Amino acid sequence: MQNKKPILEMVGISKTFPGVKALDKVNLRAYEGEVMALLGENGAGKSTLMKILSGVYQRDEGEIKIEGQDVEIKNIKDAQKLGISIIHQELSLLTNLSIYENLFLGCEIRDGLKLNKKEMVKKSEELLREFDLNISPKTIVKELTVGEMQMVEIIKAVSKDARIIIMDEPTTALTEVETQKLFKIIEQLKSQDVAVIYISHRMEEIFKICDRVTVLRDGTYIGEEYIKNVSRDDLISMMVGRKLEEQFPYVEVKPGKAILEVKNIKWNDKIKDVSFELKSGEILGIAGLMGSGRTEVAKLIFGEYKKTSGEVYIDGKKVDIKSPKDAINSGIAYLSEDRKKEGLILKLSVLENMTISNLSKYENRIKRIDRSKELDDCKEYTKKLSIKTFSPYQLVKNLSGGNQQKVIIAKWLLNLPKVLIIDEPTKGIDVGAKKEIYEILNELKSQGKGVIMISSDMEEILGVSDRIIVMHEGKITGEISRKEANQEIIMKYAVGLTD
Amino acid sequence: MDKFKSIVVKFKSLIGLLLLCFIISIITPRFLNVNNLLNVLTQVSVNAVIAIGMTFVILTGGIDLSVGSILAITGAIAASIIVKSNSLFLAIVVTILLGALIGAFNGAIVAKGKIQPFIVTLATMTIFRGATYVFTNGTPISGLSKNFTFIGNSRVLGIPFPVIITLIVFALAWYLISETRYGRYVYALGGNEDSTRLSGINTDKVKMLVYIVSGIASAISGVIVTSRIGSASPNAGSGYELDAIAAVVLGGTSLSGGEGSITGTIVGAMIIGVLNNGLNLMNVSPFYQSIVKGLVILLAVLIDKKNKK
Repeated sequence: MQNKKPILEMVGISKTFPGVKALDKVNLRAYEGEVMALLGENGAGKSTLMKILSGVYQRDEGEIKIEGQDVEIKNIKDAQKLGISIIHQELSLLTNLSIYENLFLGCEIRDGLKLNKKEMVKKSEELLREFDLNISPKTIVKELTVGEMQMVEIIKAVSKDARIIIMDEPTTALTEVETQKLFKIIEQLKSQDVAVIYISHRMEEIFKICDRVTVLRDGTYIGEEYIKNVSRDDLISMMVGRKLEEQFPYVEVKPGKAILEVKNIKWNDKIKDVSFELKSGEILGIAGLMGSGRTEVAKLIFGEYKKTSGEVYIDGKKVDIKSPKDAINSGIAYLSEDRKKEGLILKLSVLENMTISNLSKYENRIKRIDRSKELDDCKEYTKKLSIKTFSPYQLVKNLSGGNQQKVIIAKWLLNLPKVLIIDEPTKGIDVGAKKEIYEILNELKSQGKGVIMISSDMEEILGVSDRIIVMHEGKITGEISRKEANQEIIMKYAVGLTD
Repeated sequence: MDKFKSIVVKFKSLIGLLLLCFIISIITPRFLNVNNLLNVLTQVSVNAVIAIGMTFVILTGGIDLSVGSILAITGAIAASIIVKSNSLFLAIVVTILLGALIGAFNGAIVAKGKIQPFIVTLATMTIFRGATYVFTNGTPISGLSKNFTFIGNSRVLGIPFPVIITLIVFALAWYLISETRYGRYVYALGGNEDSTRLSGINTDKVKMLVYIVSGIASAISGVIVTSRIGSASPNAGSGYELDAIAAVVLGGTSLSGGEGSITGTIVGAMIIGVLNNGLNLMNVSPFYQSIVKGLVILLAVLIDKKNKK
């Protein structure tokens, strides 16, 4: 392993944006036949570095060498010519086109002017088969699951004879099974001497699939290590610059009475008879694979989807929830897993996002919004949740993922909910901010609120929940106490096995 | 320097307007005189009022193409009430209620039918225009009494009455959009509909609201136009939707919703009005005026686009 040579060397890369030094003399190497993890908190400069490598941004300083040769990457085309391929965190497929049209976009096979569809379909079929994907290449992309889309995206990148492949959080939308498939693909790529740069916040994956790791912090280069020479804690302290005593702070609270009861909820054929209860002072984890119906249950309780049958009780009283508005009035808050689409209003400010669901509280007699009262609340919660924003009037889109999530939490706390349903609370959030989110959840628990936490992050589910229920294909397949819980039991229930 | 630039960007529409006034006043001395300026303001008022309503719709990411037709039908109804009963009060109340009702109809189809506002209002534009022809039998309703034509043609304390109406509409609209929660909901809805609904806001209601505001604004313009001309023509207001949209866009409001302001729209309407007036004073033929107007709009949007990058 030691004698592997780097295909790619980025040395002393700096990049300044107006007002911010995003990268300061950063190094990154990628070795043929190896996976290099690129680690760092959000805002550490990973994306900027990758954008420089893929030709989206130009560096201010530094050198990029490929196989020892200095190269200039002025645009995305240059990067492609050099064999650099990037799989984006946010999907870049055209969802209105079919799989094969996406795979051959920009490099269509033609006979003169006419597209050779037959040939493209045939080649796509081969590619899909190679990656164990049993779908027709003529399927329109929007009909795929998010996981399948991600796989197509990966296939698209891989199929372009790339020498260096960048994967930016490739598993966020994948199920366990698909993740395993991806790892197989990565092994295959390694055997073909491709260099992979792998960005992820999931530690388990990094230890499983990566050979080396490069850590960035606040735009500076911290170091490169062999993965086998470092521990998880080493990596975390490299990333955050301080020791994290414990990533999952846990507080013991004696649960009170049932605050939320869900009885026999059904929804079309997707959710089949789901019942459970949530006590005050409790964090209930809901585990399960993608598509197991966890988010749907949350949205049914919240009134975003209309349930076919079933009942919801708050504090023992039956509530009739027909819309999110009804749910909020009953004391339920829901934080979607998709912050940008279903949580934030990116064009509005931090303050406006915080108060949007609670504006009537600030109305005076002539229906005017009392802005000073609004500002007081915003400042109070900005401080309470230590949200990093230089002004309440800052547009929320300019905040980091962790701070955006805190803004949404603040919005809901201003509603004084009894029950908080939080879907993938730390998706795409850096390590430091993750812990702060857990602390907020614990604080809510201590105040006697009930928290339902839906998560695909096994360690998070195990580390934070008081009790865990597991779903599989629209049903609850198991309930586990904190003491009994471990990864194996959860996986067993999640794939539908019962005792 | 950065601060200077940000101020320029913020007030770019206003700077554009002042620049335009400056250029025109150099070319033709007849521009800068009180009577001409009041004349410009009067001419601008109809488009300004419609454009204020349009701003609400566009801020939610929608569009209302039916404003010109609403203007025509409400104008015709107002005129016929005046002819039959000569009750100014009745004419105005019925007209505004009708405008609100038509707006609610547009809004209901957009919100409940989940159909693109462009299509909905394109269809209702034709429907209401047709209804106007049916109602008027295709001929103008004239013979309106003095107490009605007063609205469009008189001055109060030297200020043309339509200008005063515009200022009142502006003040009410500004209050609604900037100071109340409904205004905030309009911006939120235009920014992100899903997030807004999931924040517990009845987004259908907000959509209804903006089309109702647009309907009322068009009805008010209907009254102004009818009383200025002294008769209600079934063709009134044709193509006004385009001037209104142009004013909104020139005022810096984004067609994708969530960004913009009523104040900007007023400036936008003024730019169009001053340009029209300037070109008239310079005796430019209407054929060329149309070309110049289009070019100015393109130029403004291009400059805006460049600033946003």
